[in-house]
Amino acid sequence: MSLLEIEKLSLDIGGIPILRGVDLTIDQGQIMGLVGESGSGKSMTALTVMRLLPIGANASGRVAFDGIDILGAPEEAMCRLRGDDIGMVFQEPMTALNPVKTIGEQVAEGIRWHTGANRADAEARARAMLDRVGLPEAKFPLSRYPHELSGGQRQRVVIAIACALKPKLLVADEPTTALDVVLQKQILELLRGLVDEDRMGLLLISHDLAVVADMSDRVTVMRRGEVMEEGETARTLSEQVHPYTRQLAQASMHVPKRRPPSPARAKALDASPPEGVEERRTAATQGPLPRPLQGERWPAKRDGEEEERMPLLEVSSVIKDYPGRRSSLFRKQPPFRAVDDVSFSLQPGQSVALVGRSGCGKSTLARMILALDRPTGGDISLLGQSLAGRSETELRPSRRNMQVVFQDPYGSFDPRHKVERLVGEPLHLLEKQPGAKERREMIAATLAEVGLSPSDMDKYPHEFSGGQRQRISIARAVITRPKLIVADEPVSALDVSIRAQILDLFADLNQKLGVAYIFITHDLTVARAITDDVMVMHEGRIVERGRTGEILDHPQSDAAKALVAAAPDLHRAIARRLEMQG
Amino acid sequence: MRGSTEVAGNSHECVAPRLPAGIFSPQAGRRIAFMTAYILKRLAIGAVTLVVASIVIFAVLEILPGDPARLMLGMNTTPEAVEALRHQMGLDQPLMLRYLHWASGMLTGDFGKSFTYSSPVRDLIVERGVVSLPLALIALALSASIGIPIGVFSASRRGKASDAAVMGVAQLGVAIPNFWFALLLIYVFAVWLRLVPAGGFPGWNAGIWAGLKGLILPAIALALPQAAILARVTRSALLEVLGEDYIRTARAKGLPRRRVLLRHALRNGMIPVMTIVGLQFAYLLAGTIIIENVFYLPGLGRLVYQAITQRDLIVVESIVMVLVASVVIINLLVDLSYPLVDPRLRHAR
Amino acid sequence: MSDTFDRDMPARLGDFVRAALANRSFVVGLAITLAIALMALVSFAWTPYDVADLVVSDRMKPPSGAHWFGTDHFGRDILSMIMVGSRNSIAVALVAVGIGMGIGVPLGCWAAARGGWLDEAIMRLNDIVFAFPALLSAIMITAIFGPGAVNAIIAIGIFNIPVFARVSRAGALALWPREFILAARASGKGATLITVEHIFPNIANLLLVQGTIQFALGVLAEAGLSYLGLGAQPPMPSWGRMLFDAQTRMVVAPYMAIFPGLAIVVTVLGLNLLGDGLSDVLDPKLRRRR
Repeated sequence: MSLLEIEKLSLDIGGIPILRGVDLTIDQGQIMGLVGESGSGKSMTALTVMRLLPIGANASGRVAFDGIDILGAPEEAMCRLRGDDIGMVFQEPMTALNPVKTIGEQVAEGIRWHTGANRADAEARARAMLDRVGLPEAKFPLSRYPHELSGGQRQRVVIAIACALKPKLLVADEPTTALDVVLQKQILELLRGLVDEDRMGLLLISHDLAVVADMSDRVTVMRRGEVMEEGETARTLSEQVHPYTRQLAQASMHVPKRRPPSPARAKALDASPPEGVEERRTAATQGPLPRPLQGERWPAKRDGEEEERMPLLEVSSVIKDYPGRRSSLFRKQPPFRAVDDVSFSLQPGQSVALVGRSGCGKSTLARMILALDRPTGGDISLLGQSLAGRSETELRPSRRNMQVVFQDPYGSFDPRHKVERLVGEPLHLLEKQPGAKERREMIAATLAEVGLSPSDMDKYPHEFSGGQRQRISIARAVITRPKLIVADEPVSALDVSIRAQILDLFADLNQKLGVAYIFITHDLTVARAITDDVMVMHEGRIVERGRTGEILDHPQSDAAKALVAAAPDLHRAIARRLEMQG
Repeated sequence: MRGSTEVAGNSHECVAPRLPAGIFSPQAGRRIAFMTAYILKRLAIGAVTLVVASIVIFAVLEILPGDPARLMLGMNTTPEAVEALRHQMGLDQPLMLRYLHWASGMLTGDFGKSFTYSSPVRDLIVERGVVSLPLALIALALSASIGIPIGVFSASRRGKASDAAVMGVAQLGVAIPNFWFALLLIYVFAVWLRLVPAGGFPGWNAGIWAGLKGLILPAIALALPQAAILARVTRSALLEVLGEDYIRTARAKGLPRRRVLLRHALRNGMIPVMTIVGLQFAYLLAGTIIIENVFYLPGLGRLVYQAITQRDLIVVESIVMVLVASVVIINLLVDLSYPLVDPRLRHAR
Repeated sequence: MSDTFDRDMPARLGDFVRAALANRSFVVGLAITLAIALMALVSFAWTPYDVADLVVSDRMKPPSGAHWFGTDHFGRDILSMIMVGSRNSIAVALVAVGIGMGIGVPLGCWAAARGGWLDEAIMRLNDIVFAFPALLSAIMITAIFGPGAVNAIIAIGIFNIPVFARVSRAGALALWPREFILAARASGKGATLITVEHIFPNIANLLLVQGTIQFALGVLAEAGLSYLGLGAQPPMPSWGRMLFDAQTRMVVAPYMAIFPGLAIVVTVLGLNLLGDGLSDVLDPKLRRRR
């Protein structure tokens, strides 16, 4: 008998079907990966196992855990199971802990509830559990509150709560999606260790095929509430028998086709690699150079010789401090340096990735480049025009030449405006305001450019899917024909198949419009897919830079090595798995 | 531009390296220092509020309307009488001096002398305050002890018939003006059932019980509409908290719904409730002005009302100042109690 | 969770109307509010009796076919007085909400847009006004200018200012870090333009909800002031004043107190239901604070 048996599980919420005939089994000590895109019903399957479904949910079929009928069990029986025999880890560690209770209380609570242990015993067990998940007493006493911990540390506490009583089954719903790759790797390793140690079954839910390939023994692929395919991980993902599995796998390994660079560019590319490597090392070891990304490598196509030398963007010795919090009446904590003496320059048409762990200062840097935030020190100039200390009016010509695409395709638009107004917003920057008709024509043309229909102009953003919204966002960014687009994690909120399409669009626009990109990302596959060069940021500094392929294949700095080592990679994961099986 | 710092600040997962916490650890020291700073800041804000409020009161009542002496004496008076009164009231002195005199007088407990009662305002305030303050406090206690449990009850039975019924009554309670409710209470309990006096106050000298008996109906009239508001606030605050992720975490531990509500949701939900309780005190104090008139209670509210009709400005401004001061003090207490509930406010990060 | 879907507020009128009509609070509240408004309008053209007519022979008649709600101590028809009195309640509360919004919303938006010391100063100023309960400021104002409907409006209006300033500041602060505002800034739009184009339309629903709540509170406050004799002055009928007149006659003529009181309760109830319904319909995420 398997540990968990789900047979023909169907679920509707308020009459809307969510799951249709889902089958899934997990044996003791087995890791089952559950993958699928958003809306596939992965999370609802997990919540059904816990029987923590939202109000109005109606499940049918059979869910048996250890011989107990989950769907039919009385609530008291479920309370005995939850936290004792079945533990659950959630996606969002920042909000998963009660802010007004200490971590000790929160870990010990379940222990006391299920075992009836007294406070001292429960706390001793909680202490041991926190040690086990990597939160040693010296730095993390039981009296810590959640707000004193970082996201990764909070997720460890959540895992400690879930595993405190050595459950037979652990359900982890996107446990690392909110974390950066380095933390993701640590948390996944922790989970694997716990599962192996106590022979737990693990239901690991993820949208990331590489994570699942790396972690799980078997994999279940879901789509729109139905199971597409189930099987042994390495075989399923390497053979890709089911068309949907193939589609998912291909999308997650997708590299956009980019036309070979123009002859002049190609020559420049050929000429530079040896110097590039060398120069990267000096940059990493000796700190920033004034113009480390050699301008000569990227001659602009049409412009004259003189202009070739002028970089599009020049960032020199930029610093950003945030004031420290006031710790007492007369004392302030020292300011926090988010960006620390960063210098680089960017040539027209160049595509650069800015990678680093969350909190490394990459988004702050991006804001300063976009003149949405003022640097504490140093200077940024676009096409020779300094951005520092300029009024909004003086910034206009520069703003025309740089636009932005954000991560969140939902938060990027004013929900009360139609697409016409949203996409046309940057037209505000034009010196001569176009007439109403001309304006509509420009917007229609831009929408066509990003693969939308001009008739979409009269719709509201909520009428579009996530991928379409990101297209609208790109349309807004290119309508003034800027020379530079800063994209802050532009695809990380999208499903893999959509992500591939949007990356293609970025690559295409780079070719067509000659626009330069700064891609901010923690996802190295994205960097590899569409950028020429990479800068690795760590604790406010650029610690390594050079050609994308070079850096990703042969990282030198510790920060870059950590990022590369932690990056989930579907190819490698499958290969490793096949190797293990011989 | 605003907001940017907060967002960037949040995205940093920086946690300063810490030493083990203990009584004598630097961390505990920092915590105490931070709390002291918090308390001092709140106190300073309260003090500034009081000073500004006193200036506003002084300005509004002494500068804007022209000559208070003339106002007090009314139409049929002689210039000599006005002049005499002006002198008596110190109105012939410069403005700054008058304000300083008034303000410093209040600090030493000297509120001046009432024109109509010919007795020190301080004595009047003390005499009447012993009625109003207990009334407001009893009403506040009643409102909280009725409203909050009802809100908790209703939230725990969300969507059920009992929730709907209780919230329907609360919805009605919010809509009832307290003085009309007072009239109904008088009609039912005093006129009809003859359980309590219809009005008046025997004084605390008549015994605590007799005094309380005189305050029961007024306190209920003040408290019930506020209790209805509090029940609604408590319920919606709890429901909001019950939608949080950490509630799901607690449920995943195997805790039953009820225990999660009491152990996890309640304390988090109390933060907005405390704010409302603080605001309600101000509302209740103001409400005493009306209610004391309905029940003929010799309190501050009735005094200020009579002082207005008699144009006894010195009494009006003193009482307004006292009432504003009590509002500021209560809000200060609420502010200071937030860190007890929410550890995030306890230390610098 | 990856399976959640976006629940933004309804952007279009059609969606709004459909959601609103499905909301019971909204429908009942709107019906009551419209009925009261209609009553006030009708009273300009017609009332069962003239409220200026003092018919001594009809003093304190209990409810009957001729006088549905009875008559008062001057023999005036109570139903007619309630109808005419509704004008006063509505006018005072409405104008007071207007004052509160007109001053409070720009202040709150300004504080949110500028931040720093200006924000701090505006909010501290708010706290000071908050320390003066509406009734207290009304009492101060009437102490100077004498009683009257206009002074009641000013007093209640002043109290509304910090309420709207807080609501709009909180709403604006939540919007400023949003990405669509950053995009607008990247399009070179200044704080004022962004406030007009993006902030204001997106906090309008919050303000509408708060407006209904303040309207209801205004009706209550006006009744309290006119009960104390600090609001509208006789012979202009007002609900609060009618209750004052009824108080000493409770034993013989309880209906004199019951009907004006019910008028207040029904009006406030209707407005509160409308506010509840609106907040449910306009933003499912928004929970009522009061």
